[in-house]
Amino acid sequence: MTKYMTCINCPLGCQLQVDIDGEIKVKGNKCKKGEDYAKNEITNPTRIITTTVKVKDGDRPLLSVKTDREVPKNKIFDIMKEINKVEAKAPIYIGDIIIENVLGTGANVVATSRVEKIKD
Amino acid sequence: MFDVIIVGAGIVGVSIARELSRYDLKCLVIEKSSDIANGSTKANSGILHAGYDAKEGTLKAKFNVLGSQMYEEICKELDVPYKRNGSLVLAFDDEDTKQIETLYERGLKNGVKELSIIDKNTLLSLEPNLQENVVGALYAKTAAIVSPFELAIALAENANENGVEFMLNTKVDKIYKEKDHFVIETNKGAFKSNYIVNAAGLFSDEINDMLGGEKFRIIPRRGEYCLFDKSSGNLVTRTIFQPPSKKGKGILVAPTVHGNLFVGPNAREIDIRDDVSTSREGIEEIIRGANRSVKNLNLRDIITSFAGVRATPSTGDFVINIPTKNAVNAAGIESPGLTAAPAIAPYVVSLLENQGLKLYKKANFINKRKNTKLFINMTEDEKRNALSVNSLYGRIICRCEHITEGDIVNAIKRPLGARTVDGVKKRVRAGMGRCQGGFCMPRVVEILSRELNVPMTEILKSEEGSYILTGRTK
Amino acid sequence: MERDLVIIGGGPAGLAAAIEAKKNGIDDILILERDKRLGGILQQCIHNGFGLHVFKEQLTGPEYAQRFIDEVEALGIDYKLETMVLHLSKDKRITALNPKDGLIEIKAKAIILAMGCRERTRGALNIPGSRPAGIFTAGSAQRFVNMEGYMVGKKVVILGSGDIGLIMARRMTLEGAEVKMVVEIMPYSTGLKRNIVQCLEDFDIPLLFNHTVTKIHGKHRVEGVTIARVNENKRPIEGTEKFVECDTLLLSVGLIPENELSREADIDINPITNGAYVSELMETSVEGIFACGNVVHVHDLVDYVTMESYLAGYGAAKYIKGERIKWEKIFKTIAMKGIRYVVPNFICPQNIREEVNFYMRVNDVYKNVYLVVRDKKGVIYKIKKNHVSPGEMERIKLSKEILQRVDEELVFELKEVEE
Repeated sequence: MTKYMTCINCPLGCQLQVDIDGEIKVKGNKCKKGEDYAKNEITNPTRIITTTVKVKDGDRPLLSVKTDREVPKNKIFDIMKEINKVEAKAPIYIGDIIIENVLGTGANVVATSRVEKIKD
Repeated sequence: MFDVIIVGAGIVGVSIARELSRYDLKCLVIEKSSDIANGSTKANSGILHAGYDAKEGTLKAKFNVLGSQMYEEICKELDVPYKRNGSLVLAFDDEDTKQIETLYERGLKNGVKELSIIDKNTLLSLEPNLQENVVGALYAKTAAIVSPFELAIALAENANENGVEFMLNTKVDKIYKEKDHFVIETNKGAFKSNYIVNAAGLFSDEINDMLGGEKFRIIPRRGEYCLFDKSSGNLVTRTIFQPPSKKGKGILVAPTVHGNLFVGPNAREIDIRDDVSTSREGIEEIIRGANRSVKNLNLRDIITSFAGVRATPSTGDFVINIPTKNAVNAAGIESPGLTAAPAIAPYVVSLLENQGLKLYKKANFINKRKNTKLFINMTEDEKRNALSVNSLYGRIICRCEHITEGDIVNAIKRPLGARTVDGVKKRVRAGMGRCQGGFCMPRVVEILSRELNVPMTEILKSEEGSYILTGRTK
Repeated sequence: MERDLVIIGGGPAGLAAAIEAKKNGIDDILILERDKRLGGILQQCIHNGFGLHVFKEQLTGPEYAQRFIDEVEALGIDYKLETMVLHLSKDKRITALNPKDGLIEIKAKAIILAMGCRERTRGALNIPGSRPAGIFTAGSAQRFVNMEGYMVGKKVVILGSGDIGLIMARRMTLEGAEVKMVVEIMPYSTGLKRNIVQCLEDFDIPLLFNHTVTKIHGKHRVEGVTIARVNENKRPIEGTEKFVECDTLLLSVGLIPENELSREADIDINPITNGAYVSELMETSVEGIFACGNVVHVHDLVDYVTMESYLAGYGAAKYIKGERIKWEKIFKTIAMKGIRYVVPNFICPQNIREEVNFYMRVNDVYKNVYLVVRDKKGVIYKIKKNHVSPGEMERIKLSKEILQRVDEELVFELKEVEE
């Protein structure tokens, strides 16, 4: 099987041709980074997810969050479902863990912004 | 039971409503749109014509000249912008020169004052950005500009303050006589009235049919416009017309009362009456047309383009008559309809009176509106006073036009206040500037939601169905 | 009120400028920010990818902003929120407005403009059709989705492959919308490569080059758009029109520096960037008024905004302390063959700190070219580029030592590589 992809390590954006035939062979890359990127994309593509969660008692309605490490690409939508279930309680500081080890990926969902507690 | 029901809240309907509000009457205005001035009044040139265009002896000529003389006072009373900037009809060759001479003669017959024909040098000294191949122009000093929808809203507000009721989002389905009064069936129920005025603009032929009047048709003619940023606002100071030719009335280039520049309109007959979509060819046509009159038109300054539809009557003149007993048509009021409206209003009222409507002047008629000034237009002292009373004036929402939260809340709380994003825009210009609401629209939605106490998802852009948000993310 | 330094805008540019000015000995600083919090547009850019150059790590927008906000707080720099500057004059008088203080008049010794930019709209593009609800600039949609928590639509077409549009394609998809396609009039994207891969390809969202939206349909809410292929003059090709059903059109068709205040203060504006002409210290044509960030030219990386703004802060501090040398021996930078613009525009070598970063954009996609810098005497610097694109800003760093030897003008251009 042959797959085509664009390397995103630098603006060059090498068009990679990846032959998967037991062994993975990468063509079109101008440096080693391209080969690593392609191999990773084939064997275990991972991404950081950034999104928001609802906030209770906050000075704004939403908190921005991210996974603190890359998670398998094919779990993105399942993780989104988990994230959409929770509600964070203000005050919240950057780095606060909102969900620990989300769906057993080893990644925590952490706050990326500060939300103050509303004063009333 | 109402004394008078007016169908249509465009410039004609609200002018009549305000005129009627001077008397002890129970009046109602029925409007199918979500706001005042949402039809032809919303998108037109905003020009108060001097009155040399229409053939002498027509209703157009009569009411144009009269109306043109009435506006300055009305705009002062209602505190809406008005600027007597004058207009020029350009001539590029001998044929055009004959044309403007004809217009000049006609203007004199129609009673237009301060009309003159000027030569090339005078013309170019007045308007240095005109094309060099002009040979002269007809100069009408009495021509002016207004903001048509702000004007119509002001008239409606004032009528409302003086007791006229308004039903918006209300579409007339059927009109019939029951004993000596009319029954008007709408999607919001039936209303009874002794008299009825048809000011339904683009749909005035349909209302006339319901009333059983002598047949006429409305031929919808769309006109497209481009609006330019204020940085182009000084390209011309007067309204620049081209001589009418076989090809049409020509494209005009004009400043607006708020300091923008616009070009347009073309004229295209369309099938669907309220189809206000624009077309690539149309926009190109008006730009080409405008470039015939002026040089240095900076297309990068275009901030929006839009279209309006004129209610052109098949009769060739305004249809102001009595379709059936106790009813009056004020229909087919195409250009110069905006100019003519304040003169049409008392005439329509006199036609009602002739049919038996009793007019008793109200002792307590209020001719002015209150609390209309935008923060940006206040004097330094007024600004400080306003801020000390209401800190919302300290928060700018529309960055381009410098419209504050105080102004927007005002626009919502006024009589017949804004209920939609476009309603806010029409009243206080938030979103009217160069970013076209990019920054302020989300904030305006928030403020409307808060002030009207309805969820954000229910805030509309304009008409029913024009929802902005589809739900919450979480 | 009198102040040494007033900074208009509390986004990444304003914050970095304030910090650097403070570190260079200016204590009396005031930042005027129009929003409810500092950080500017970064607060709604919740995706990651910020900070690779400045912090050598990937941060989200709010995290990147917070680092600077924390530093501003730690340095005790004064700021006013919800404060809109209404007027700016040549003699450095500012009129501002906020709900707490009302009207504020400030006379400043120096001013740094850091107002950022705004999005181009449908009007600027003149897209024909009806005018229903459901047409959003990508940035205002981003605000609704990320800040307010509201969805702006269910079936989305995005016009323009600028970064905000690409980011919003992923964002809307993650929140459950169907993004049907991204339509780009150019034969290349103006967005970053990694965004095309991670925001579109990851979710199988098609990206159509050489296409545009030729008509918007729908009376009250968008019901669809007509798209068409364009020819080399960017005009739609007849017969290629296709109707795409959608309820939302997002526009990501470019950013315009917000220079209304600069114009009011008679600052010379470069018609190509729509931003002020600036010197080696980011000073504009009006003495003592500096500018940095997207108000000068639209960047694609906030890291470069930060670096440029540090320089403006340093420059303003020098100016206030009377150490900025008045332009005696200056030379101009000139963008030629293949280069659309270069910032900065004027260089007074005596003022240079250690080096100058020249930022530039090319006018088309080129492969295998030299980016050449030369003066009257000849080539000063040359670097081979395998690939350059208008979507990715180029940066060249030249030392003070080199720049001191420049004769009259500094030309930036592309040269073909001879095989």
